[in-house]
Amino acid sequence: MTADLRDLYQEVVVDHSRRPRNFGPLPDASHQAEGFNPLCGDRLNLYLKVVDGFIEDARFEGSGCAISMASASLMTEAMKGRRTTDAEALFSDFHAMLTGNPKTNPALGKLEVFAGVSEFPSRIKCATLAWHTLQAALHAEVQPVTTESIA
Amino acid sequence: MLSDVTAMNGVARQVPALDVMRRRQDFPILRREVNRHDLVYLDNAATSQKPWSVIEAERHYYADYNANIHRGIHRLSQEATDAYEAARDKVREFINAPRREEIVFTRGSTEAINLVASSYGQHLQAGDEILITEMEHHSNIVPWQLYCQPSGAVLRVVPINDAGELVVEQFKSLLGPRTRLVALTHMSNALGSINPVKALVDLAHRAGAVVLVDGAQAVAHLPVDVTDLDCDFYVFSGHKLYGPTGIGVLFAKFSLLEAMPPYQGGGDMIKSVSFAGSTWNELPYKFEAGTPNIAGGIGLGAAIDYVRSVGMDVIAAHEAELLAYATARAEAFPGLSLIGTACDKGAILSFTLAGIHPHDVGTILDTQGVAVRTGHHCAMPVMDRYGVPATVRASFALYNTRQEVDALFRGLAKAREIFE
Repeated sequence: MTADLRDLYQEVVVDHSRRPRNFGPLPDASHQAEGFNPLCGDRLNLYLKVVDGFIEDARFEGSGCAISMASASLMTEAMKGRRTTDAEALFSDFHAMLTGNPKTNPALGKLEVFAGVSEFPSRIKCATLAWHTLQAALHAEVQPVTTESIA
Repeated sequence: MLSDVTAMNGVARQVPALDVMRRRQDFPILRREVNRHDLVYLDNAATSQKPWSVIEAERHYYADYNANIHRGIHRLSQEATDAYEAARDKVREFINAPRREEIVFTRGSTEAINLVASSYGQHLQAGDEILITEMEHHSNIVPWQLYCQPSGAVLRVVPINDAGELVVEQFKSLLGPRTRLVALTHMSNALGSINPVKALVDLAHRAGAVVLVDGAQAVAHLPVDVTDLDCDFYVFSGHKLYGPTGIGVLFAKFSLLEAMPPYQGGGDMIKSVSFAGSTWNELPYKFEAGTPNIAGGIGLGAAIDYVRSVGMDVIAAHEAELLAYATARAEAFPGLSLIGTACDKGAILSFTLAGIHPHDVGTILDTQGVAVRTGHHCAMPVMDRYGVPATVRASFALYNTRQEVDALFRGLAKAREIFE
């Protein structure tokens, strides 16, 4: 197997895509948003329970490619217990890594498994769908977000 | 070498085998590598690669006789006009249209359908019906919604069966006294299904409707004869027929074109202009406003020369053989589900792999140099019909080989290995 391919589909990514964590509804959610990538049909609903500026719980439902599902799964894991204000900064670091500058960032912890995406520009949208949806949920946007309207 | 083919009319006959290794030399791009592998280009339903003769025809025009057409008195303009109009004659002959005035150059199939929907659609009234099919590309759905629904015309949809074949009984029952126009594809881009167009045109005509046939896929894979089909409109694009992008064709029966109002206004489409009003140029120029894609038209002419020199029946037989081989391999591949198994089918293999999203399959294949399309193929209703968000689509052309089909399946095995 080529090194690039194993960089993209690391075992953690494959595992989270097949057995996504925090998958399912969140009845007492305080924030919610729907994300949609019209090009590949990836679709997810993200639910957050925010208390006093902290994300107490995060869950999602949806379907899509391995990268988008694993990204949503790992993101919900990473969000729990964080301040909502930190979430934005984390996305900014995550996005920077996906576009290759810098290529790695230990501050991202487990999310570093997506570093390989930077070699596959057409897949960056897959990795960021959950994060755009997170932003929409935090800003309580009513319209579903699509990766086509966001750079 | 000869190979048996069964023609559309069911009569088996023999056509010469295609010398694929020789033909591959005609396509410079096939020499390139992608991700350290030889390019295996299986995205021909999106766009086909171009032979040297097409590339050279465009270069020759720009390098040696670039000028605007239909208006200059000078030598270059005359040469450019002659080459562009010669391309129109080649198109007419290629699809066996009765008259050259019936060949309108457009940007592609999409624009040709928009032209008909916008212009012919103007005399539709509230309650009139347009019949389309469940297997249409978005470009044969959206123009009808856009131009015809505001007038109150109703869009009705003929369903397909599980194999991806049009349900002809449903077609018959949906054809009614208010059906004004039928718009259907000759060959589905997402499923490969080939529709029995001639019989459907006959049924539609008996019901008093005109028929538009979307030939974007079909024209590169099977011989097309619009006189035999007796369709009223036939559209196709150059770039799926080994020609340039940005050029396509609308064939329409002369009497219909005459009665239709212009699509766009501008230069070349007028006879005279005054502030009180204008009069239209003769056919086909009434529908060709503005400076057209001259190089594209000339390139399309070269592409038609190329496929005719190979032989459309020879191409069709080669692709049928490749499709049969690929289908047999697909049926033996664990977890693979074919989407589209019509009896009469063109060189398209659309499928899903259990537990692996088409997008991931596409990325993995790309690392092996294999180019396929993944997604909804601009046919979202087809995806809905099969309950899938997307498929992987491998589509073949005259230059594809069995070895390339093998490379596709090696790539699919790799995808399974990763997601095991």
